[in-house]
Amino acid sequence: MTDKKFIVSYAPHIRSNDSIASTMLDVIIALIPALAGGVFFFGLRALTVCLITVASCVVSEFIWDKATGKENTIGDLSAVVTGILLSFCLPPAIPYYMAVVGGVFAIIVAKMFFGGIGQNFVNPALAARGFLLASWPVAMTRFTAPMTRLSVFLSNADAVSTATPLAVIKGGEEAIASGYKEMFFGNIPGCIGEVSALLILIGGIYLIARKVIRPIIPLTYIITVGLFGYLFDGGFMQGDFLYHILGGGVFLAGFFMATDYVTSPTTGKGEFVYALGAGIITGVIRIFGGYPEGVTYAILIMNIVTPIIDKYIRPRVFGTGRSVA
Amino acid sequence: MKYTFKGGLHPSDGKEATENKSIITLAAPEEMVYPMVQHIGAPCTPCVAVGDTVTVGQKIGDSDSFVSAPVHSTVSGTVKAVEPRRHPNGRMVESIVVENDGLYTLHPDIHPYADTDKLTREEKISLVREAGVVGMGGACFPTFIKLNPPADKKIDVCIVNGAECEPYLTSDHRVMIESPVPVFEGLKIIMEILGVDKGYIGIEENKPEAIKTMRSLEKDYEGISVKVLKTKYPQGSEKHLIKALTGKEVPSGKLPADVGVVVNNVDTCTSVYNAVTRHQPLLSRIVTVSGSGINKPSNFRVPIGTPFEYVIQAAGGIKDETRKVVMGGPMMGVAQFDLSVPVVKGTSGILALTDRELKFKNTTPCIRCGKCVQRCPMNLMPLYLNAYAAAKDMAKCIEYNIMDCIECGICSYTCQSEQHPTQNIKLMKAQIAAARKQVK
Repeated sequence: MTDKKFIVSYAPHIRSNDSIASTMLDVIIALIPALAGGVFFFGLRALTVCLITVASCVVSEFIWDKATGKENTIGDLSAVVTGILLSFCLPPAIPYYMAVVGGVFAIIVAKMFFGGIGQNFVNPALAARGFLLASWPVAMTRFTAPMTRLSVFLSNADAVSTATPLAVIKGGEEAIASGYKEMFFGNIPGCIGEVSALLILIGGIYLIARKVIRPIIPLTYIITVGLFGYLFDGGFMQGDFLYHILGGGVFLAGFFMATDYVTSPTTGKGEFVYALGAGIITGVIRIFGGYPEGVTYAILIMNIVTPIIDKYIRPRVFGTGRSVA
Repeated sequence: MKYTFKGGLHPSDGKEATENKSIITLAAPEEMVYPMVQHIGAPCTPCVAVGDTVTVGQKIGDSDSFVSAPVHSTVSGTVKAVEPRRHPNGRMVESIVVENDGLYTLHPDIHPYADTDKLTREEKISLVREAGVVGMGGACFPTFIKLNPPADKKIDVCIVNGAECEPYLTSDHRVMIESPVPVFEGLKIIMEILGVDKGYIGIEENKPEAIKTMRSLEKDYEGISVKVLKTKYPQGSEKHLIKALTGKEVPSGKLPADVGVVVNNVDTCTSVYNAVTRHQPLLSRIVTVSGSGINKPSNFRVPIGTPFEYVIQAAGGIKDETRKVVMGGPMMGVAQFDLSVPVVKGTSGILALTDRELKFKNTTPCIRCGKCVQRCPMNLMPLYLNAYAAAKDMAKCIEYNIMDCIECGICSYTCQSEQHPTQNIKLMKAQIAAARKQVK
């Protein structure tokens, strides 16, 4: 027995069971209710769009890894999450080829160009949405009325166009504003995964319960958007708090986009500042800018600010500062 | 109310394997090995030569340096060799090898003394030093120094560390259940030496039996109270135990005495009691032998100097699939090359680990999940320290307070990217310490 040699390394010698794949699987599970909602309100076409973006993302990553001679990383499931999230912020009637382009952009340009997982400086799904919005503004803002239940083989011209609640308050569209109840349950026009605040909330609570995310970012972000809208939309303190938080992708962004590990700060205080900034920028774009929706660009901007936040907002090291007289 | 601190986590603790196993006293084998380094501080110089006869409790190594602790023989017999041997810390260390004659002839000084009360403070401190008592939680700081703080540092509370937050280890747990009186008596002596009237015994709530036993004795000792701590690693870290029980933070780079606190391990109190009342040196310690690679997980009282191999055999031997043998707990313990090394004063456990615990996985890039930041008990940012340490950027590491790291292992444990921040940080800390020494 004395002859037996053992592995020698520094402590710790045990590890938790957590892995990137297990975290990503939790996120995928948390996204299922909202995806089901998308299919319920907009038909099987919503599911098809989702499958296309997921396939586009995963295949892009696979090909990139192969082409650059890197280890295959699709097993970490992060490309699947990016794909699902991308489909969530696309209109249900979007032409399929645009969904494919979005997936390729998200993975190749926003993620792999910068070094793959952990290295991207902006959220890949939102970067792709931003890219598609700039490239095909009409298709990206042609929304379908809820319960239209689009068929999988819908031709582009068949899509019934309607305005989202945010576009309605923006004033440019002739339509009836949706009620809070419709907005909460998701019975409104909008992107595939963003319409139902309730279903997103269910997924978000799951993520918090599983300790994948902390409530700081979603809470701060959603409340900031609401407060900003209330304070400045249509005159001082004349705005509609609930309308602002339930309209557009605020819940989706707060729970699933802004909480992306790679592109958000690592400290609690940093997360607060980041979400506060994203909330304010969202409000500014919505109320003072040209777009009815400001979520995408607000988060992309705060993604870029994240390294600075992490550099300057650090926790107070135990045994230093105030607590030590 | 349960006392605790911010950060940390509760790893699956594996304590169920041994927490109900009574302590079995092991006899010493034929050959005993006594390294001259079993403490923090200057190494001892052997004071016996090959061929000398030694008795149980005879001093065989000592040092003139202030920060040091003498080493004693734990068997009677003949000195067979004085040579470098493998130490559980991985290095070759000058050691005295004694052939056990099996007679266990006790050194004449060791017997109960009735006049303990008449001893002066200085005499008591000297007895603790001569007995070679060191912190038995694993750090092995000479205890007599803790009992003799500089005059400008007023100590107002003595804490006994019964947290035992490392997974698998149950040695302190069993001591508190099986022989609680010497722990109380030892604490009482420590409080008398330091002139302190307040003593806390901190125990994690996952040891209800120990809490019950200790609570039942509480009333017999004025000023001593048992405090229940929330079960969370690293609650047994000195700084976090103090924070939990007194609310004070030991300032960066300072010692517990700077906030008026002295902390001792459970078994250290027993050793202080033995030293002062019987002039008995530190002869044995409780060792938990556990892990999925051990056939019969057990708690043993092991004579210091017993080779690991012998102890492991007493626990039914190790399984073939054992890939690592660790001295101490799995979070902070030291991995061993082989089983020839002896049990030293700081050996709180011997663990044989298999792939079930080790979970070797490929390292993937950091995804900045921030779990290491949220769980770091020192409020450091391990992900950045990890990156800067890997890039050998000493200045940045210092800027990010690398020297405050207590090496608890949480950042590596929790890392879902399978990175090794603790390991990188430890290496960098050693390099910085070496560089600073050079400057001096």
